[in-house]
Amino acid sequence: MTQVSMTVNGKAASGQVEGRTLLSSFLRDELKLTGTHVGCDTSQCGACVVHVDGIAVKSCTMLAAEADGADVSTIEGQANADGSLNVIQQAFQDHHGLQCGFCTPGMVMSAAALLKDNPKPSEQEVRDYLEGNICRCTGYHNIVKAIMAASGQDVGAIAAE
Amino acid sequence: MPKDGGIGASSKRREDVRFLTGVGNYTDDINIHGQAHVFFLRSDIAHGTLNSVDTTAASGMPGVVRIFTGDDFAGVGSIPCGWQITDKHGEPMQEPAHPVLATGKVRHVGEPIAAVVAETLEQARDAAEAINVDIAELPAVVDMKAALADGSAKVHDDLSNNLCYDWGFVEENKAATDAAFEAAAHVTSLELVNNRLVANPMEPRVAVGDYARGTDEHTLYTTSQNPHVIRLLMGAFVLGIPEHKLRVVAPDVGGGFGTKIFHYQEEAFCTFAAKACNRAVKWTSSRTEAFMSDAHGRDHVTKIELALDADNNFTALRTETHANMGAYLSTFAPSVPTWLHGTLMAGNYKTPLIYVNVKAVFTNTVPVDAYRGAGRPEATFQLERVVDKAARELGVDPIALRRQNFITEFPYATPVAVEYDTGDYNATMDKLEEMGDFAGFAARRAESEAKGKLRGLGVNCYIEACGIAPSNLVGQLGARAGLYESATVRVNATGGLVVMTGSHSHGQGHETSFAQVVADMIGIDESMIEIVHGDTSKVPMGMGTYGSRSIAVGGSAMVRATEKIINKAKKIASHLLEASETDIELKDGAFSVAGTDKSVAWGDVTLAAYVPHNYPLEDIEPGLEETAFYDPSNFTYPSGAYACEVEVDPDTGKVSIERFIAADDFGNIINPMIVTGQVHGGLAQGIGQALLENCAYDENGQLLSASYMDYAMPRADDLPMFDVDHSCQTPCTHNPLGVKGCGEAGAIGSPPAVVNAVVDALQSAGKDVTHVDMPLSPDRVWAAMQ
Repeated sequence: MTQVSMTVNGKAASGQVEGRTLLSSFLRDELKLTGTHVGCDTSQCGACVVHVDGIAVKSCTMLAAEADGADVSTIEGQANADGSLNVIQQAFQDHHGLQCGFCTPGMVMSAAALLKDNPKPSEQEVRDYLEGNICRCTGYHNIVKAIMAASGQDVGAIAAE
Repeated sequence: MPKDGGIGASSKRREDVRFLTGVGNYTDDINIHGQAHVFFLRSDIAHGTLNSVDTTAASGMPGVVRIFTGDDFAGVGSIPCGWQITDKHGEPMQEPAHPVLATGKVRHVGEPIAAVVAETLEQARDAAEAINVDIAELPAVVDMKAALADGSAKVHDDLSNNLCYDWGFVEENKAATDAAFEAAAHVTSLELVNNRLVANPMEPRVAVGDYARGTDEHTLYTTSQNPHVIRLLMGAFVLGIPEHKLRVVAPDVGGGFGTKIFHYQEEAFCTFAAKACNRAVKWTSSRTEAFMSDAHGRDHVTKIELALDADNNFTALRTETHANMGAYLSTFAPSVPTWLHGTLMAGNYKTPLIYVNVKAVFTNTVPVDAYRGAGRPEATFQLERVVDKAARELGVDPIALRRQNFITEFPYATPVAVEYDTGDYNATMDKLEEMGDFAGFAARRAESEAKGKLRGLGVNCYIEACGIAPSNLVGQLGARAGLYESATVRVNATGGLVVMTGSHSHGQGHETSFAQVVADMIGIDESMIEIVHGDTSKVPMGMGTYGSRSIAVGGSAMVRATEKIINKAKKIASHLLEASETDIELKDGAFSVAGTDKSVAWGDVTLAAYVPHNYPLEDIEPGLEETAFYDPSNFTYPSGAYACEVEVDPDTGKVSIERFIAADDFGNIINPMIVTGQVHGGLAQGIGQALLENCAYDENGQLLSASYMDYAMPRADDLPMFDVDHSCQTPCTHNPLGVKGCGEAGAIGSPPAVVNAVVDALQSAGKDVTHVDMPLSPDRVWAAMQ
């Protein structure tokens, strides 16, 4: 077992992990941050996306030990300081960008990373960026719409409803 | 009207806040103090004799609590099947036993052989590697037609062959149907495959069993669409636990699409093992396990023939389908290719004679059961493909041929045993033509051709049957369950209320839309209403959510219970207002006496019900809580018309969806935003089936598509923005809300539109292609063009 320490959502966190423990498992099982979801075992679905030192990472592809000393953000740390939904979260609710909610944490974290690098993405750029996040409920229509709305773009012109 | 919504408002979903902030409560988020973890050792051989399972070495591995094999379940029942089909000779289907853990033989890759319970999942997995399994491999039964040939290996040695049933529908119509084909001016025939799919809700299945020795009470937390059904099936048929000692909880569930309806071995195992080990036992499926243990969908091979007279009227329809059951009968598997498929073969058309034959076949593959649409997509696909092919053969406009044969008068009794209550198929087709700008298609095709691409337009219709019912009819058809729904409305003293519904929400937004209905009926704000579901200890009874039944059946039960509440509240109000009960009106959350300015607020009436100082105690009991069971008198029949435009790259065969338009008739609508989202999701799954998804086995029964590296899920860049409309509304005539259901429509209506469009594109280039089997992957399309 190895001792790991990191900052998670602005707070110090530490624990004992096996060498094979994934960051996703450490967050869920040790820190009880169960908002990060695991939907596959081949790093394809993206439900587990978190930010490590500001970069979007599939937390099932990273060992917890690799995140030692890192600054980690998860879905639990995304709301505004007063607890209200942040701009991206609010856009997902406003535009019905989620149904069952299981892929949603990864979608929100990926969207945040996209908008940080590309503040006004085109529809195609959003779709291309989400290639690593699978949603089975929404058909992506409203997720794409929500992300573009969160970027401040007028989504009224996007196909009816 | 409530200030914050009501029926018809696109109220934002209240459940979103917890999902968006990471504080949802999915089953894998549940951890019970002292819990152990289970890992299932699954067969990597499709068919074989299980000679021995030696757990000696594994039992001594670190952290192992106990290892279970099939022998441990000798006193336990078979995983039950919930529907018995009677074949065309009047005989019951062949129904094999389905053990919790394999005994005697293994019958599909992924079948659980042993279960290791250990302190950690990693320890359980490590120990499973040390189990020594001796399997003598047998020839695998994979191809359905080969499975029915003389001399085929048998999946189940105790059955006479691999034929589950040979079903004819309607058998009495067969001779007349055959005669109509003899007399036809034109016959169009088509052989096609409805590809095997895996539902793939993003949340894998999870089961957590818990046991309280002091009270002998079992609890199962599970990813289910219908916890009460699991309680009944598992308690009564498998483990012998009475309902009052068994609680089943399905908390936030991350999508279902049918595959979480069924009772699975892992649920029975965790419940059983929790008592045997005297501690909670948790199982979380990996995605790879999901591919080899979640019930699959579709997998039909069909020949369909359409007979037309000299005026292009449909005179008869005849189909012959082989339907894969897999190795065992999953909960509702036998009903899918029969009552959920044969009854839909009339589609939108007044074809007078229809005969459907279905042979259900056992193979050494994962069990196949309902997946979004369940039988109805298979019916719609073959019907709308053969109609399109007929139009091309006859050189007539596919839309005109459809319109000519539309059912236009309702109610309409089909020759396949169902009666459509309402519909207006020309209206949805009119709407589709308006949205689709088909007049501009030639110009769009020219633009595509200028880029070196082929462009095709595909159109189709669909009809769905939702809210399968009534119970006394489905009982005659072989269902071993009732298909009603229940709701309890509990009003609190201060006026807020809780609806306990037997419907289950796993993405559909019931917490929002159900609250809209009750808010509208009483005239109070939605925020005063809480919707509770998914826990057998909180909700008295429920049949769950599948078949687009929630609002039509569960919503109707809720309306009935709320009506009882309102009736009792009016009695209380009439006492408080000293007026006749017949003069009491409820509006905007207040009871008033007609023609006067006397009124009493909702909250004053509810308070009186619980603080009955000034109360008609001689006439009515205190309290305000009512339950209703609603058993529909008929299915509901949503319908619609869909159009797809594709571009095909002639060099690579790659298909891209350029436009997708859906005009649906769902009857009345509670929340348009949610309905639109349901259609979007259905379209994505239907387009996924048409272009991308395929669950593939090799000839040895090895599953070739057991991960997202091999099974092509639709991704954001595979799909377009959708153009969706549901302004055509013919309300259902037999339920109180006039609603029809919308959950499966997109998945039912979209595959034929895509394939029709691709065939149109290829024919535009002079290719003699009349059909390509799904998924229309680049290699298949390219090969068809050569």
